[in-house]
Amino acid sequence: MSNHHHKETFITKYVFSQDHKMISKQYLVTGIFMGVIGVFMSMLFRLQIAWPDHSFSIIEAFLGRHQDGGVMSPDMYLALVTIHGTIMVFFVLTAGLSGTFSNLLIPLQIGARDMASGFLNMVSYWLFFVSSVIMLISLFVEAGPASAGWTIYPPLSALPQAMPGSGLGMTLWLVSMAIFIASSLLGSLNYIVTVLNLRTVGMKMIRLPLTIWAFFITAIIGVVSFPVLLSAALLLIFDRSFGTSFFLSDIFIQGEVLHYQGGSPVLFEHLFWFLGHPEVYIVLLPALGITSEIISTNSRKPIFGYRAMIGSIIAIAFLSTIVWGHHMFVSGMNPFLGSVFTFTTLLIAIPSAVKSFNYLTTLWKGNLQMNPAMLFSIGLVSTFISGGLTGLVLGDSALDINVHDTYFVVAHFHLVMGVSAIYGMFAGVYHWFPKMYGRMMNKTLGYWHFWITAVAAYGVFFPMHFVGLAGLPRRYYANTAFPLFDDVADVNIVITMFAILGGAAQIIFLSNFFISIYKGKKATQNPWKSNTLEWTTPVEHIHGNWPGEIPQVHRWAYDYSKPGYKEDFVSQTTPLMDGEEES
Amino acid sequence: MTAILYVLLLIVVAICVWQIASILNLKSAIATEKDNNTQGILFAVFGIFFYALMIFSFVKYSVILLPESASVEGENYDLLYLITMVLILFVQAITQFLLFYFSFKYRGIKGRKALFYADSHKLEMIWTVIPAITLAGLVLFGLYVWNDVMDISDAENPLIVEVYAKQYIWEARYAGDDNELGIANVRNIKGSNTMGVDLSDKNALDDVPVRELHLPKGRKVIFKFRSQDVLHSAYMPHFRAQMNCVPGMVTQFAFTPKYTTEEMRANSATIAKVAGINKIRAEKGEDPYEFDYLLLCNKICGASHYNMQMKIVVEEEADFNAWIKSKKTIAQVLQ
Repeated sequence: MSNHHHKETFITKYVFSQDHKMISKQYLVTGIFMGVIGVFMSMLFRLQIAWPDHSFSIIEAFLGRHQDGGVMSPDMYLALVTIHGTIMVFFVLTAGLSGTFSNLLIPLQIGARDMASGFLNMVSYWLFFVSSVIMLISLFVEAGPASAGWTIYPPLSALPQAMPGSGLGMTLWLVSMAIFIASSLLGSLNYIVTVLNLRTVGMKMIRLPLTIWAFFITAIIGVVSFPVLLSAALLLIFDRSFGTSFFLSDIFIQGEVLHYQGGSPVLFEHLFWFLGHPEVYIVLLPALGITSEIISTNSRKPIFGYRAMIGSIIAIAFLSTIVWGHHMFVSGMNPFLGSVFTFTTLLIAIPSAVKSFNYLTTLWKGNLQMNPAMLFSIGLVSTFISGGLTGLVLGDSALDINVHDTYFVVAHFHLVMGVSAIYGMFAGVYHWFPKMYGRMMNKTLGYWHFWITAVAAYGVFFPMHFVGLAGLPRRYYANTAFPLFDDVADVNIVITMFAILGGAAQIIFLSNFFISIYKGKKATQNPWKSNTLEWTTPVEHIHGNWPGEIPQVHRWAYDYSKPGYKEDFVSQTTPLMDGEEES
Repeated sequence: MTAILYVLLLIVVAICVWQIASILNLKSAIATEKDNNTQGILFAVFGIFFYALMIFSFVKYSVILLPESASVEGENYDLLYLITMVLILFVQAITQFLLFYFSFKYRGIKGRKALFYADSHKLEMIWTVIPAITLAGLVLFGLYVWNDVMDISDAENPLIVEVYAKQYIWEARYAGDDNELGIANVRNIKGSNTMGVDLSDKNALDDVPVRELHLPKGRKVIFKFRSQDVLHSAYMPHFRAQMNCVPGMVTQFAFTPKYTTEEMRANSATIAKVAGINKIRAEKGEDPYEFDYLLLCNKICGASHYNMQMKIVVEEEADFNAWIKSKKTIAQVLQ
């Protein structure tokens, strides 16, 4: 393959590329674009939450007929939270994060010339692209986009009579998601096959960097759970368009009885959360993998408890598929199931605790190199702990009763999977930018980006727990209908100010990212003095990754500061010395 | 308020522009020893900010939290909540301290070599087993509370109430003298029979339809929930009670009211909260607020989801009996 030179046109190199490195950049740029839209939406609805009756020119400018004199309509508010959730969870943190770094790093870190199937990989990206376009088109539908929440529970999502967004907007949402799932499955299958079959000589599974372990396990959960969401989406399409009653029964709306009989919305909830919960880990595990790699490299220390880290990834992945019911404690399902799901859910705290303590021990007595990627990784550990701990409240069926669907939940999952995963993504971008673009990102801007974001993220989500504990339900257009909630208004204003600060800080990142692509300092081959294989490839991208033979691997990825070596890193390609033991 | 916002925005944009200008000359990318030093110190400062924010939030915002449970079953809830929260804050305080302290203490110095420390089964065993034991305790107590709340088979002479949800109104139906709800289905909805009660069912005629919930203090109430259109969730935060209302099925939840509305208004936490609310309302020129129990919708259900509520009144059993006697039965309403 590498010695077969075929001429590349602009189209095959930049558009329909089958090179994993280019596809990874395509995923990243698309993900960033969607991220900008998703974050901007959150700015708009945070304005509404903080100042419900206030007129904003920015709302008037962007929401067209869905606002009145600068105040958004309740339906548009719900649409914004729905599409914000959908875009951030699927388009940014699933495709943008996994798509970017699995594609970039799997071949480079296992020593392969490309993915097992470059063609499927290309198809995967373009399906993602098409689904993004459809999702964006749905924003311009006359009655407004899907607005039943990102969980699209029927009957609300099934009946256009129930809300305007459940008409064409919802149809487009479902079509977009069906295509997205196809894209995700093709990607995941490719990752699994590549990791299993294309590792270079000496790259035993037990020598893989933790990034690869995380991507590999993530892909497996994706393959197991995404098809279930696809089936739920298809059945919902049937109910909406062909008159079946999978999820609907005994409905009287707008003065008439509908024909549906015998279905159950609870069935949909089961199908949705069978993906929905593993999805949390599809989002989070790659971020944790990236962080493991970056913390170890920048601490100049081996990751502590490599095998335990792999074990905990596998344990989390396995448990994640049997805990979906903790989203449904008050759905009306049998209380006995609630007990079972409480048990399995709280078990996840154990591997999560192991991971957290292993990160802390990795930092201990390290020689920390405070690169921007390292700051975001440390930030991730902090938000992962803060957000993860409140899972003890929500995962416990008894305690969930009173905080279910309140802002407490919003604060919890934004910290543990939203902010943490985004930190992981930022860390990855700062760390592997030289590998992607051959240039470095500016560190000073990186520092500003991190510190403003870190202050803003806690400023938003820490007080938000109290709003939830005061009993304010999520997805409320305004708290003005209840004098009981008059005293959370001030907290909401504080939250919104921090949210805008945090949102604005991303401008720093965007400037840094796009300017560095063209003007950044030229990268050296191994800028972070890292052990892994991707840093043995030339800075300039070539098809097939290595100009000559693929290097062989002789050790694990984490021989940092190993006694007996002069340098504080030992590449995986360095053979063991006489009498040296592999760690 | 908005002015501050725009100023904040302006500051960020200014930093941005200034920094973009400098990127073209600086081109610095890899952390130097000086950066390690600065950033390490910043982590220590951030750690202080983090604890300050936590303490500030607890001091400033604890007044907005819900008062103690107004149901007997909620007492255990509050205890379990307290235990869990103390545990969370304990672990949070220690781990975050270690994280920020290590980031500060071990900031990189040129020429120092990190400790090569890859594994310790003993340590890993410690932080597997300790969380496991702690969690076992939490799970056991949690399951006890859960079963205590959800198992209603042993309730003696409970009051049966149907809570009925539709976009964006709550209704309710008491089971009447026979304390048995008549069967109902949306297909029977017609005119004033808004809950679709089947009038051919002999249990139905004495049912009492209402638009405001009254509950007797000290008697267990079993709620049966129905919805006629989309999912709703009956959320009664003061009683630590919540259950979804699902079209096509009947769900249930039960609790025993512990304090009457009057007693709850005299609760010190309630008084503090209401005082805070009324201060805000006075500034806005609105009427003072008086505490009432509420039923809210807590599952997204459409445009007016944010304003779907019903007042709940808890009173002594005698007052309750007098109230229910004054209400018309279905048979009387529909005649």
